[in-house]
Amino acid sequence: MSLVSIREVRKSFGPLEVLKGVSLEVAKGDVVAIIGRSGSGKSTLLRCINGLETFQSGAILADGLEVGGMHTDVRELRRHVGMVFQQFNLFPHLTAAGNVMLAPTVVNKTSKKEAAEIAAEMLAKVGLSDKRDAYPSQLSGGQQQRVAIARSLAMRPKVLLCDEITSALDPELVNEVLRVVEQLAKEGMTLILVTHEMRFARDVGTNLVFMHHGKVHETGVPKEVFAAPKTPELQQFVGGIG
Amino acid sequence: MLYKLQFAELLPYWDVLLQGLVFTIVLTIVSTAAGVAVGTAGASARTFGPAWLGWIVVVYVELIRNTPFIVQLFFIFFGLPAAGVKLDETTAAFLAMVINLGAYSTEIIRAGIEAVPKGHIEAGVSLAMTKWEVLRHIVLNQAFRKIYPALSSQIIIVMLGSAVVSQISAQDLTYAANFVASRDFRNFEVYLVATLAYLVLAIVTRAVLRGLGRIFFKAAS
Repeated sequence: MSLVSIREVRKSFGPLEVLKGVSLEVAKGDVVAIIGRSGSGKSTLLRCINGLETFQSGAILADGLEVGGMHTDVRELRRHVGMVFQQFNLFPHLTAAGNVMLAPTVVNKTSKKEAAEIAAEMLAKVGLSDKRDAYPSQLSGGQQQRVAIARSLAMRPKVLLCDEITSALDPELVNEVLRVVEQLAKEGMTLILVTHEMRFARDVGTNLVFMHHGKVHETGVPKEVFAAPKTPELQQFVGGIG
Repeated sequence: MLYKLQFAELLPYWDVLLQGLVFTIVLTIVSTAAGVAVGTAGASARTFGPAWLGWIVVVYVELIRNTPFIVQLFFIFFGLPAAGVKLDETTAAFLAMVINLGAYSTEIIRAGIEAVPKGHIEAGVSLAMTKWEVLRHIVLNQAFRKIYPALSSQIIIVMLGSAVVSQISAQDLTYAANFVASRDFRNFEVYLVATLAYLVLAIVTRAVLRGLGRIFFKAAS
């Protein structure tokens, strides 16, 4: 059974239809890389999965919960679906550990002591044990993004959504974030990534989704798709990147 | 012509002046605490609450910010009794101050809330926090950091403006000064003392607020 099931989702911003009937199945342990030009609806699709955006028709099931459903507890949904953003969005008034501890203490009512242990574990996972007391302003972009990943992991999500998480980083900082994501993939975390890192999509991804004009235009195993793109649009997209 | 300053004639009234000063200080502290609480609630309702509640806040804020404080005070003290609500002058003074600062601080705090990046709110809700948890743990803290200097200035303005409550015979520093002047006719000396007292009060308040700000917001930012 799919962990995330997206069926014929349509979404418009006013008169502009951004998603024109998108369907996608994501199984447990999949690493789905969504690529495509800006404006093709990648980020919007991702934001629909945890209910940050509403959609007009179709259905999304995430870990058995119907996204946007009348009887769905959106809070419950978001406990299972983590998200990491392009702009990190760390809370500037909290330390790295404070950022990681906030949701467990507030949402799960975890004790401070236990939350601190979770924070230590998650910061170690992203290689930032020594930065637990640093404030976001004292961290590099790559470090901030790794803290943001640790913060999401602290809720022990079933699936992690990554929205262009390396796009705001200096080139030399991209790899330290990608290494963390790759490690998560190896540990069996289900990941859905919107990304421009084609090599990463090819080497780490289990599924590749090419979006074009609000639809899934081409999909398959990354290595095969990249080696022999079928549609002219993807050929052009891959060719353009080189 | 030389005016001979005779501060000695104020001495018999030192306790009256001191009581007035204490009243003004208590009035400022209480109305600051309650007014900022009202402002926080108002700004939160306006930005995170339902539309109808937002409109009530807008009407309240605009009504208070576009009318003179003294008229608001007179309305509460002289106007309300006609409608059956009788308040003594002290209660009326406190109420007017809270309502006034509440409206101004609503606008100041709202500006702070709106300056918090939308991404932080999205990050919060993505972590399964409710809107109100996001407001409390993520937004308000950052908002207060941003608007603290503006809010401090407003508190000083309201503190100085509180002199107006003497007009309904609430016994603040200005009331005490008026009282002493009417007894010993040493107007120059009395109002000089009152002026200096307000000046010192304002400077001290500013220093205290700055110190509190350092304690509250000591984190790197």
